[in-house]
Amino acid sequence: MNAEPTHPIKIAVRHLNFFYGPHHQALFDNNLELETGLVTAVIGPSGCGKSTHLRVYNRIFELYREQRAEGEVLLDGVNLLDPAVDVLELRRRIGMIFQKPTPFPMSVFDNIAYPLKLHFKLSRSELADRVEQALRGASLWDEVKNQLGKSGLALSGGQQQRLCIARTIAAEPEVLLMDEPTSAVDPVATRKIEDLIAELRGRFTVVIVTHNMQQAARISDRTAFFYEGRIVEYGPTERIFTNPTNPRTEAYITGRFS
Amino acid sequence: MTGMQNLRRRPLGGRRLLDALFRLASLIALLTALAGMLWIVGTVIRRGADAVNWNFLTAASGPLADSGIGNAILGSVLITLVAALIALPPALAGGCYLAEFGRRGRVAETIRFSANVLMGMPSVLVGLFVYALLVKPMGCSSGLAGSVALAIIMFPVVLRTTEDMLRMVPDSLREAGLALGLTRTRVTLGVIFRAARSGLVTGILLALARVSGETAPLLFTAQWSDNWPQDFCSGPTANLPVLITEYTTNSPYEEIQQAGWGAALVIMAAVLALNIGCRLLLRERHHER
Repeated sequence: MNAEPTHPIKIAVRHLNFFYGPHHQALFDNNLELETGLVTAVIGPSGCGKSTHLRVYNRIFELYREQRAEGEVLLDGVNLLDPAVDVLELRRRIGMIFQKPTPFPMSVFDNIAYPLKLHFKLSRSELADRVEQALRGASLWDEVKNQLGKSGLALSGGQQQRLCIARTIAAEPEVLLMDEPTSAVDPVATRKIEDLIAELRGRFTVVIVTHNMQQAARISDRTAFFYEGRIVEYGPTERIFTNPTNPRTEAYITGRFS
Repeated sequence: MTGMQNLRRRPLGGRRLLDALFRLASLIALLTALAGMLWIVGTVIRRGADAVNWNFLTAASGPLADSGIGNAILGSVLITLVAALIALPPALAGGCYLAEFGRRGRVAETIRFSANVLMGMPSVLVGLFVYALLVKPMGCSSGLAGSVALAIIMFPVVLRTTEDMLRMVPDSLREAGLALGLTRTRVTLGVIFRAARSGLVTGILLALARVSGETAPLLFTAQWSDNWPQDFCSGPTANLPVLITEYTTNSPYEEIQQAGWGAALVIMAAVLALNIGCRLLLRERHHER
């Protein structure tokens, strides 16, 4: 857990505990420092708390009344779990991509324009520009530029996922949370999304939960290994994959358990 | 597998026979339902078809040979639409509260329970209630009072279908909206309502179809008139259900009775059209997915 920080810290997690109900604790004393502009992979067996951990950063868990987080998550030094932090602005700054693509039941254009219009005052032409930029940023523009009026639901799964990425980066967030973004799409679409993540690196601080070891090794700079709600090991991806210090990490990476 | 050979086999014949009997029974049940519907539709068409022509649909009711049911059609449409205007806003908002905000809370459960009780309330009681609430104090029956009665019947139906339709939208869509920094209200109105749109419209249309044939509450409230519904808020207002009741059971004249059946045919066609419209709407939604 002592990777030499070579980049400024974007998010610092301190003593984070998470509860799904009064008697069900899912995260135990998580501590983590995410570096600005890097891609951090979060790996670990199913049910180890990877997604739960991610869902604290944008406070999306607050949709469910019985769920509760304790501890601190500092975004640029400010504890985002503080009730005084405006959750709408927080979620604009920290975008999230989900496992299953979730296009809204509206046109491709409106999928991006609708949230954009709520965040910014834009003229029609500015809006069209921003939508195009976002679609280009998500490597989707060339595939949909002639069918912006088509329903977002009519796109293929991989295209839907990139539409969701476009929709998220259009709001100019600083952090992108990706919760297994490729687990519901085919290998070709997975490849495109991985290439896209490589392009997003540097512009955004990316945290990606993945079940796929090769994917973590391919696209991330840092890797955190979760096990039963605890962060077992965290460091540069290369070191985690070649020379893990914890025997559990090694066992997981070499496929002895999943 | 060796152990299996020692087991005594049940004769296949009996199992096949049971299977065949059960299939036959479900087929008979299906045919019974179908026959019941066709019988009613057929009877109404046979008795009413001769009465229906353009003049019948457009002229006001009365004792003359060339009178029709135009005022009752217009009255029924008015009463139902005003009922929808009264019932829909609170029903949609309430369904939205149950599905999006109240969920499993105590308030929501109480509302749900009350709505279920209200839904099971005999419509004659609703008519009586509105009679005591509006007709008596105002000193006159009116189309508006009829609308209020129908609105009371519509409200719980639309409330519950709205809740059901909104709950069919997966939470992942709510999370996606919230994760973009939208408020809960924006997510609900802009995304969730849109996703549930055809289901919501279907629920409303079915509720309209259901109340458009309600008779008991209108007997207490709108009552009957041979006039066009010009004093909707302050006088008896013509409507189809009461016309049908009066004409077919209270008149010694053959022509009047036939006119009653004609009116029954008109209302049946309208309700059928609403139901078929809903089917088409729902099918369209399945294509979208």
